[in-house]
Amino acid sequence: METAINRKKYRQTISRFQSLIALFILCFVISLLSDKFLTATNIWNVMRQISVNICISVGMTLVVLTAGIDLSVGSILALCGAITAGLLKNGIEIPSHNLYIGFTIFGAIITGLLGGSLLGWFNGWAITKFKVPPFAATLAMLTIARGLTMLWTKGFPISNLGEKFASLGTGWFLGIPSPVWISGIIVFIAIIITNKTKLGRYIYAIGGNESAATLSGINIKKIKIAVYTIAGALAAVGGILVTSRLDAAQPNAGTGYELDSIAAVVIGGTSLSGGRGSVMGTVLGAVIIGVLNNGLVLLNVSPFWQQVVKGFVILIAVVIDKANAKE
Amino acid sequence: MLVAENITKKFSGVTALDNVYLELHAGKVNAIIGENGAGKSTLMKILSGVYTDYDGRIVLKNQPVRFQNTKQAQALGIAIIHQELNLIPYLSITENIFLGREITNTLGLLDKKQMRSQTLALLKRLKLDIDPDTKISSLKVGQQQVVEIAKALLLDAEIIIMDEPTSAISESEVEVLFDIIAQLKKENKAIAYISHKLDELFKIADRYIVLRDGKTIESGDMQGMTHDSIIQKMVGREIKIVRNSNTEKKSSGLLSVNNISLKQQSKKDDLLKNISFSLGKGEILGVFGLMGAGRTELMETIFGLHAKHASGDVVIEGKKENIQSPQDAINAGLALVPEDRKKDGLVLDLDIRTNICLTTLSDLQTMGLLERKKETALAKKYIGELRIKSSSDKQPTKNLSGGNQQKIVLAKWLATKPKILMLDEPTRGIDINAKNEIYKLILQLADEGLGIIMVSSELPEILAISDRVLVMAEGAITAEFAANEATEDAILKAAIPKII
Repeated sequence: METAINRKKYRQTISRFQSLIALFILCFVISLLSDKFLTATNIWNVMRQISVNICISVGMTLVVLTAGIDLSVGSILALCGAITAGLLKNGIEIPSHNLYIGFTIFGAIITGLLGGSLLGWFNGWAITKFKVPPFAATLAMLTIARGLTMLWTKGFPISNLGEKFASLGTGWFLGIPSPVWISGIIVFIAIIITNKTKLGRYIYAIGGNESAATLSGINIKKIKIAVYTIAGALAAVGGILVTSRLDAAQPNAGTGYELDSIAAVVIGGTSLSGGRGSVMGTVLGAVIIGVLNNGLVLLNVSPFWQQVVKGFVILIAVVIDKANAKE
Repeated sequence: MLVAENITKKFSGVTALDNVYLELHAGKVNAIIGENGAGKSTLMKILSGVYTDYDGRIVLKNQPVRFQNTKQAQALGIAIIHQELNLIPYLSITENIFLGREITNTLGLLDKKQMRSQTLALLKRLKLDIDPDTKISSLKVGQQQVVEIAKALLLDAEIIIMDEPTSAISESEVEVLFDIIAQLKKENKAIAYISHKLDELFKIADRYIVLRDGKTIESGDMQGMTHDSIIQKMVGREIKIVRNSNTEKKSSGLLSVNNISLKQQSKKDDLLKNISFSLGKGEILGVFGLMGAGRTELMETIFGLHAKHASGDVVIEGKKENIQSPQDAINAGLALVPEDRKKDGLVLDLDIRTNICLTTLSDLQTMGLLERKKETALAKKYIGELRIKSSSDKQPTKNLSGGNQQKIVLAKWLATKPKILMLDEPTRGIDINAKNEIYKLILQLADEGLGIIMVSSELPEILAISDRVLVMAEGAITAEFAANEATEDAILKAAIPKII
């Protein structure tokens, strides 16, 4: 009896740290195969790369916890990056009124963030007002935002945004790359929100049992709109980081990013049916994907095989998660 | 035809069926009668192979059988027509009838002609004059039922179980159904017929089996039985707790509900028809009704869940409240413990503490951050007061017993400090000890001045703890009794719908 309980506890402990264990094994194996992996340059490089995915995935986690999904984050990322870049470089010109509005870096970034929030809010509004399934509503937004990006950029990159703006994505602060700081702060705030605030508690309750949440007097619509707005704003943060790192807003930036972020959420153990999961899990998921990508590149694995491997990792993660949920 | 002996079935400790004995006779309509929760549906699910782990034995045509799944039961000639029909709306009648047993030609392709003509023959036999290519979604409920019966006939079923077949169909459709049943009888089929509606049983049933609390009470010929004699067999349980209401309770002043109606989408008939009642401080108002009487809808409407389709006033302590949502209801001092605690009451993935605190998070935070200490204190307070058995407040609610889960839902609502507590089937599916604890709790809360509305389909509990009893049938209040006037017979009489 006692050994059975001990064994169960043991298994539970393992399942709690399984992503972490998987990450360590992954790092260990890659470091054996490539001596470039465990160098400071490479590690900072990996962290810089994954910080964009972490920003998006944190928002995605909140959405998925409510049993929703957001397919539009990649397009919102592109649009908001382009808005920020465009405003920074060209400002707004209204020839008919002989008006020109110039933007500071700060102003352009804030406008980009507001744009992302607005698009996210629109997602939430469509989902709650018309009861459109999140999959469909955000799929529509995926196309809409991509189209708006093409309109805004006229299909060409907006580049040469100045050294100061570029430092956001490429610079260092206190020995750590700035994007890592930004994503770290976002993760910290998201952990506080999910663990320590009403909003976080309601997110879990809605995903776990929406009708019980309704009866408990929780304003489901408000919470859902808030969650999609946050996801949109965080996609905009990602867009600004990408634009800054490349010193250019590419009209096709962020294509497929929604899939990477869903993968991070799933690998991190958040249930796609909502109610179960954590921000920290997602961060681990994003790190696993990042390290895997980096390792496969270092080992000269063809990009085509990289995708195959990544797909299997997602599948395995979900299978393990299902097995754990049963216990 | 079929004999079931000593059937016992338990659900996580709660006995649903206790040594039940049942005979179904060929060429007869065998009525299975009992209150909600008497075990009728469980028994039928065992007979049709849905539940496979039970004690006892089933003998079919002198052969002992034990079904492993529904397919086996069907193969041996037992078909069940559920209350909720199991048809696929976007497929045609033919496609539904042949679902899972399609006829194919030598090439392995569907033989549509053959299936269509067989369907046509079946529909003709059942006197349903409709093109077999019609989609199920465009049929009326009564017609869909006929399709279900056709499906059973295709299987050559010899035993057809019908679970509340008339609950959702119109009067003329009922007539058609009865004609079909008469014909099935002639074809020597055994029909097990479950219904609340006593009047219709007198019309078509040949034999009766009364179940109560999971036990077979009596069976015999329908002939010579009267309304009253059957009702007496259905009820007649001992009552464990008797309320000694020595204090005079006022029956108004706290809550008054005026002319509440609830429209049904796409149907003419209202779900609730002009309901008015009142409630006093410290009063326990029992609301009795059979399934489908509209009790749950009444509670939900008062709680603001159907604001769009409802009309009427809710007045609390003399103040008219405009309740458009559960938030408004909570602010007005209402609390609702829902009927289905797993579906509507708890977030099963979350722990006890989180569930208890879910309704009052605003009081548990400082500067926008939740305070774990306050949460734990609140949870521990109710775990102690309601005697919730748990290893800690961080235990997940998923694996707790029904009684403990119910107490957590109760705790979550008591935390909002309500003036009026609405309980919908507060003791459904929990064991007898937990039931008694809940009764004591309800009485204690009433003594503390809470107004309590208790919806229940268990007459003994209604009689034992109510100060006053309302009876509902078909969306309207059909009777009101003071505690000392209420009897089981009178209540049940008022609760039975008078359709036929």
